Amino acid sequence: MDQIMGNIDLLIQFPIVNLKIILDGVMIGALFALAAYGLALVWGVMNVKNLAQGDFVIGGGYVSWWSYHNVPYFHPLLGVPVAFIVMWALGWLTYKLVISRVIERDLFTSLLATFGLAIMYAQLMNLMFGSDTQSLVLDVTGLGLENNYYFADGLIDLPAAKVIGVVLAAILATGVILFMKRSRMGQAIRATAQDARAARVLGIDTEKVYAFTFSLNSAICGAAGAIIVMVWVIQPFYGITYSIRAFVIVTAAGLGNLPGVIAAGLGIGAAEQYGSHIFGIGYQQAIAVILLLMVLIYRLVQQRRNRQVMQ
Amino acid sequence: MKLKTLSLAAGALFASTAIAAAADCATIEVGAAISLTGKYATNGVHTQNGYEFAMKKIADNGGIKMGDKCYNFNVTYYDDESKGDRAATLAERLINQDKVQFMLGPYSSGMTKAIAPVTEKYQIPMIEAEGASRSLFNKGYKYLFAVLSTSEQYLASAVTLAGEKAVEAGGKASDVKVAVAVENDPFSLDIRAGVLEDAKKLGMKVVIDEKLPRDLSDMTAILTKVKLIKPDLLIVSGHSKGAATAVRQIGEQKISTPMIAMTHCEAADVTGNFGAAANDILCSTQWAETLTYEDPIFGTAANYETEFKAAYPEYAEKKVPYQTAQASAAIYVYKDAFERAGSLDKEKVRDAIAATDLKTFYGSIKFSEAGNNVAKPMVLRQIQDGKYKVVAPSAFASDKVNHPRTN
Repeated sequence: MDQIMGNIDLLIQFPIVNLKIILDGVMIGALFALAAYGLALVWGVMNVKNLAQGDFVIGGGYVSWWSYHNVPYFHPLLGVPVAFIVMWALGWLTYKLVISRVIERDLFTSLLATFGLAIMYAQLMNLMFGSDTQSLVLDVTGLGLENNYYFADGLIDLPAAKVIGVVLAAILATGVILFMKRSRMGQAIRATAQDARAARVLGIDTEKVYAFTFSLNSAICGAAGAIIVMVWVIQPFYGITYSIRAFVIVTAAGLGNLPGVIAAGLGIGAAEQYGSHIFGIGYQQAIAVILLLMVLIYRLVQQRRNRQVMQ
Repeated sequence: MKLKTLSLAAGALFASTAIAAAADCATIEVGAAISLTGKYATNGVHTQNGYEFAMKKIADNGGIKMGDKCYNFNVTYYDDESKGDRAATLAERLINQDKVQFMLGPYSSGMTKAIAPVTEKYQIPMIEAEGASRSLFNKGYKYLFAVLSTSEQYLASAVTLAGEKAVEAGGKASDVKVAVAVENDPFSLDIRAGVLEDAKKLGMKVVIDEKLPRDLSDMTAILTKVKLIKPDLLIVSGHSKGAATAVRQIGEQKISTPMIAMTHCEAADVTGNFGAAANDILCSTQWAETLTYEDPIFGTAANYETEFKAAYPEYAEKKVPYQTAQASAAIYVYKDAFERAGSLDKEKVRDAIAATDLKTFYGSIKFSEAGNNVAKPMVLRQIQDGKYKVVAPSAFASDKVNHPRTN
């Protein structure tokens, strides 16, 4: 209790720290939101709960890491588009080989299938890259930028890699939202999400829509992974962390609510940072889960009220 | 002419018996369940290589000699997939089906904890080299022996060092403010216990004491606090993920704590990955090749490093990990115990192991009642210009510690 009071005291004593915590939280939340973004798509459109989500993220990280070490003059930033493309291909392959066979089945079949995929991918990465933790250092001084920006006597620091994560999350979010609203494919995806059978009747190739959606998900995860390898560290078995966060964020945001996913991601990021400052870093995840619980209870109450209105 | 051929033949015969000596030795069957796949795979393989190298080396030196007989090790390995329940099942299988009478330890405290009750039940001696958790040595196990230092000693020497530096600067050891951030797992909690105990002894104040979640990805929250509270010593332990994250973010956030000590620096390759950000960080290790230990089989610690690299070229580019060295030391303890026991009876061998008092390239080995090695200190190295330099304990130190850190 003393420690908690002391921590709150620090916030009051150094008000600038509040800003730092929120900035840190937003930068962290943006990366989690990226991983959650694709999940919201796949969940909403295909009704597949992809438990291998985090493994796609780590896969993207390894694509970037491998390229950096094997391709001469490879800049870590290039890893983002490269991972996007490679993971797109891997997502497409996964869809054709496994997901397309379970998509029409019940919930448990697809859960089991993606759970199996998660284990298989983790082990494959372990065999290919070894179980050491890996990371890349982003050096943008060559591009006329600083690797770290400092404000408020160095108390606030903005690492370039994290800022890029936020920018990329923003670009992807607007890109996907525009794509969904404007393009033919986006409209087809939305139509399929609303009613797959009706979409088929109207001549939409839902098989193609599913393959596209799943590949897009995998590609976004891959891009997120390529940023994460510059911000934190990756290891073949760290995928589960991102899977869990993605599920929490999507559940909190609501299915098919893409702007909501971004908002929930950033919100959870900031709440976690605050929570871990006040209660100790050990409670970081607890904060996220408690938030989820509160959202779910709120929803339940709201739904009950709606039902009463209907009656 | 005839005489010459005869002597040649005799010479050839003599040579062949000499070569046959090691090859003709009988075998002692030993079992090991070890993590060859799963999250501990890297260190599991380091451990296995350490075992294999030592056995080869001992066979080349005439094997294990008991009276006029000689023996070589033959190890049956199973892959425990880095899972405790699997490790326990495999230990049962080694003992019941493969009938091994002697066991070598797995990798990690967790796996050792899973196997120890099994070997204890069947009264099979096990010498382990990779399980440092002190909870392994308060259960009253009689057949478990560990060649390494237990985990509460890992970073305790940093506390002592910080105290010494405070006194040198004209202050008191009790002026030192300590910040502790360790992962919430048995190994790191042991480290924390050791640090807190020594800090208390010296009257130091622990200003931050937090447990990092297992799937931690970011340490900014705790480092911000470090920045505000300004401790004199920061202790971090969270396996390679914790080490990598800490070093990266300490650099990013320009943390100016004068002394920072952590574990798993090599495993996370902090010098290779983060370069200058890792400078002046203290890293604990069980063993370093620059130490002045030696023995008749492996020679000096430096010699072990050279010969091991020759035998396993995949290590040529990096340092031989201490996990490998201690695995080899475990084999050496077995050899010594077999020779002193003069028998393959597992009870006699167990008693011989318990009475071990051995100087090795890895350090002195002498077991307490509980089975842990009490003769070897933990070593603290500082990263100076990208190189690991031994700075504590002072008796074996090759270099002076840079204090306070430059950043």
